[in-house]
Amino acid sequence: MTDAATTDAAPPANGPLTTADGRPLKSALARAERMRRVKAMLLVLPLLLFIGITFLSPIALMLFRSVDNPIVADNMPRTIAALEAWDDHGELPDEAAFAALTADLAEARRNRTIGRLATRLNYETGGLRSTVTRTGRRAQRLKAPFKEALIGLDGDWANPETWATIKRLGKRITGVNYLAAVDRRYDVDGNVVPQPEVRRIYIGNFIQTLWMSVIVTIACLALGFPVAYLLSILPLRYSNVLMILVLLPFWTSLLVRTTSWIVLLQTEGIINDILVWSGIISDDGRIQLIFNAEGTVIAMTHILLPFMILPLYSVMKTIPPIYMRAAASLGASRHYAFRRVYLPNTLPGIGAGCLLVFILAIGYYITPALVGGQDGMMISNFIAYHMQRSLNWGLAAALGAILLFGVLILYWVYSKLVGIERLKLG
Amino acid sequence: MIGRNDPLVRFREVQKTYDGESLVVKDLNLDIAPGEFLTLLGPSGSGKTTCLMMLAGFETVTYGTIYLGGGPINNLPPHKRGIGMVFQNYALFPHMTVGENLSFPLEARGAGKADVREKIGRALEAVQLGGYERRRPGQLSGGQQQRVALARALVFEPALVLMDEPLGALDKQLREHMQFEIKRIHESLGVTVVYVTHDQGEALTLSDRIAVLNNGVIQQIDAPADLYEKPKNAFVAQFIGENNRLRGHVRHMNGTSCRVELDNGQGEMQALAVNVSGSGAPTTLSLRPERVVIDPPPGSLPNRFEARVEELTYLGDHIRTRVNVCGTDQFIVKIPNAHGHASLKEGSTVTVGWEIDDCRALDT
Repeated sequence: MTDAATTDAAPPANGPLTTADGRPLKSALARAERMRRVKAMLLVLPLLLFIGITFLSPIALMLFRSVDNPIVADNMPRTIAALEAWDDHGELPDEAAFAALTADLAEARRNRTIGRLATRLNYETGGLRSTVTRTGRRAQRLKAPFKEALIGLDGDWANPETWATIKRLGKRITGVNYLAAVDRRYDVDGNVVPQPEVRRIYIGNFIQTLWMSVIVTIACLALGFPVAYLLSILPLRYSNVLMILVLLPFWTSLLVRTTSWIVLLQTEGIINDILVWSGIISDDGRIQLIFNAEGTVIAMTHILLPFMILPLYSVMKTIPPIYMRAAASLGASRHYAFRRVYLPNTLPGIGAGCLLVFILAIGYYITPALVGGQDGMMISNFIAYHMQRSLNWGLAAALGAILLFGVLILYWVYSKLVGIERLKLG
Repeated sequence: MIGRNDPLVRFREVQKTYDGESLVVKDLNLDIAPGEFLTLLGPSGSGKTTCLMMLAGFETVTYGTIYLGGGPINNLPPHKRGIGMVFQNYALFPHMTVGENLSFPLEARGAGKADVREKIGRALEAVQLGGYERRRPGQLSGGQQQRVALARALVFEPALVLMDEPLGALDKQLREHMQFEIKRIHESLGVTVVYVTHDQGEALTLSDRIAVLNNGVIQQIDAPADLYEKPKNAFVAQFIGENNRLRGHVRHMNGTSCRVELDNGQGEMQALAVNVSGSGAPTTLSLRPERVVIDPPPGSLPNRFEARVEELTYLGDHIRTRVNVCGTDQFIVKIPNAHGHASLKEGSTVTVGWEIDDCRALDT
C-alpha cells in the first residue's frame, strides 16, 4: 500500500470501485444505508396499509364487480351447459335446455336465490322477473316434455331472445354493465345496439355532469382568482381575516350550507323576494333557481370555491412582487405586465385549482341530491341510486369505473399539457 | 435636448414618509449629470433605497419634486419613465427564456421583430453571453443571471439605469468581477447610472461620485478619493474605511489647524480644523490607521506619542496592530508588509506619530 495510497483518488482503470477491503462500493453503500431505509419504511407502513385497505382494495373490488356476473352462472349451471351448443338464430333451443332450466329454477327456489336471479335477468329484459319467479314456483311439479310445459306456463319461454339473454348472462365476466352504462345493449343476435329511446339516460347524464362541472370550474376560477390575488398581496393581519372567511365554509356542515341555499334560492326565498320587491321581476314571474341545474351549479360553486382559492393563493404567494416592478421598469403597463408576467406564473395554481374543482365536481353527490331536482342530477346520483335502490351494483360499479377513467384521462392530459410536477396544491 | 451641464436627474427638496410620523428622506437635493456614475451609499435604513424607488416610480414622493431630463416625473407611472432597473435578486422572469426576457421591454414598446433580434444579440454580446438566448434563467449561474438582468435593463437603451444592490447575492470573487464588468459597460455605453449599495468597497471602485446617506440626509457627496481622504464629518469618516476616533475639545484655533485636548486628559495634539466651530468646541479626531508612522525620527512629526502594542493580526498584505495610545486601547495602526517593516512584539512599547493634515478635527 505504497503507490496505492498516493493515487487513491483516481479510480482503477479496470473494474468498479471497491472499498478498502475489496468489497464493491455499491453494495457497501447499500449496506450502510439499509438500516435507515428499513426505519423509514416502518414509519410509512401504517399509512401504506391504511391506503391499501381503505382506498386501493375498494377500487379494485369495484372494478371487479363492474365486470363480474356470478348470479346466472351460479344458479343456472345446467341451463348454461345445455345452451353451450345452441346458437341463437331465431330458433328455440332443444328439449334438454328446457329440462335443465326447469331443474335449475326448482333448485334456485329451494335455495331461496331465485329472487336475485329474477332481478338480474330483469335488468336485461324487462318483465323477466315475473316469468322467472312464476316458473320457479311451479317448476317442482312440471312433467316432461318440458318444452311444451314451460311455453304453456309463460309465453316468454317461446321467445328466443329470452334464451339468448340467459346464455349471454351465463358468462362470468361480462361487459354488459359497461354497455348499459353507455346506453347500449346486446340484441338477440349478440350485436351491440342502442337502448330504446326511453331507456337512454346515462350518456345524456354524463354529458350534463361534465358540462355542469365545467361551468362550476369556470365560475370558481372567475370568483376565486381575484380573492386569491387579494389574499396574496394584503398585509398579514388583513389577509388572515380574509383567509378565515375563505375557510369558514370548511367549518360549517355541508348539509347546513346546502340547505341554506334552498332557503335563499327557492321560489318564495330571499333572492326572489328581493327581486320582486325591487320590481325587477313580477310576483308571478318568480324565477326557478333551485331544484334544477342552475341551483346545483350555484350551490356547488360556493362549496368548491375554497378548493380553487387555496392552490391559487399558495402559488401567488410565491410570485415575488418584484416581477411586476421589473416589468413596469421595463416599460410594461399594468395590464401588459399582468398578462405576460403574472398570469403565466400563476398557471400551476390555475391548473391545480381547476383540476381539483373539476374532479371534485364530476363526482359530487350530496348537493345535486339535495338541490338538483330532476334535471340537476349528476352521474353520482345515479350511482347512488343503483347502490341503494335498484341494487344493481354491477351497473353502479361500471358507472363509477367510467368516472374514474375519465378522471385518470384528465390527469394524463394535464400532465401532457402542463406537467404533473408543476401541480401545486398548497 | 439637455446640455452637457444640465443635470439629467434632479431631486428638489424631496421628503418621504411612510407612516406620516417620521421622515425617511429629509429635504433631499441632488443633481446627477448625464453619463455620471453616482452611488448612494449608506447603512440600512438610511433612505438610499427609498430614494431609488422614488426615482423609479415605485414609491410616491411625499413632498418636493424629482426632475428627469428637465421635466417633473412625480406623477409619471413607472412604465412611462423609460428608466432601466437592475434588482438585487435579478427579477428575471422564470417562465421566459433569456431571449424572451430581453425582448420583453422591446415588445412592450412595440418594437419590430428584426429590430428586436438585433438588439438582443447586441445586448447579450455586451455582457458576454452571446448564444444564451434559448436558456432559461434557472439554468444559469448567479453571475450569468445578473448579467442577463443587466442586459435586459440596457437593451431598450435607456438614458438612466438604476441598480439596487445588484451584486448583493453574489460571492466575493464574482462580485469583484461583476464590478469590473459594470464599470466597463458604463464607460462604453455612456449611460447614466444610479447605484445603491451598502458596500463601501463597491462604491469606491465603481463611482464617479458617492453620496453618503444617513438618517435620510446626504452627509457628504464627493468623488471616492475625496470622500476617503477628506471626510467632512464623523459619520463619513467612520463609515468609509477604517478610522481611529479620539474625542476631545478644541483648545486653540490656529488658522487651518487647531490644538485639541483629549477628553480623557491623556494628551494634547495638533489637528486639521475641518468641521469645528471654534475654541472650546467638542470634536472627534479622525485618523486613518495607514497614516500612523511607527518610530518616526525625532522632530519630524508634530504629533508623537508613546504606545504599547496590545495585539498583532497578520493579514497578508499588512499587519494590523492594536496599540494603547493616549488612554485608548482601540487605536489601530496598519503596518504594510514591506521589506524592512517594523517588527513589533505584543507588550512592547513604541513611539507613534502623524501629520497635522492626517488628523482631522470633525464634529461630534
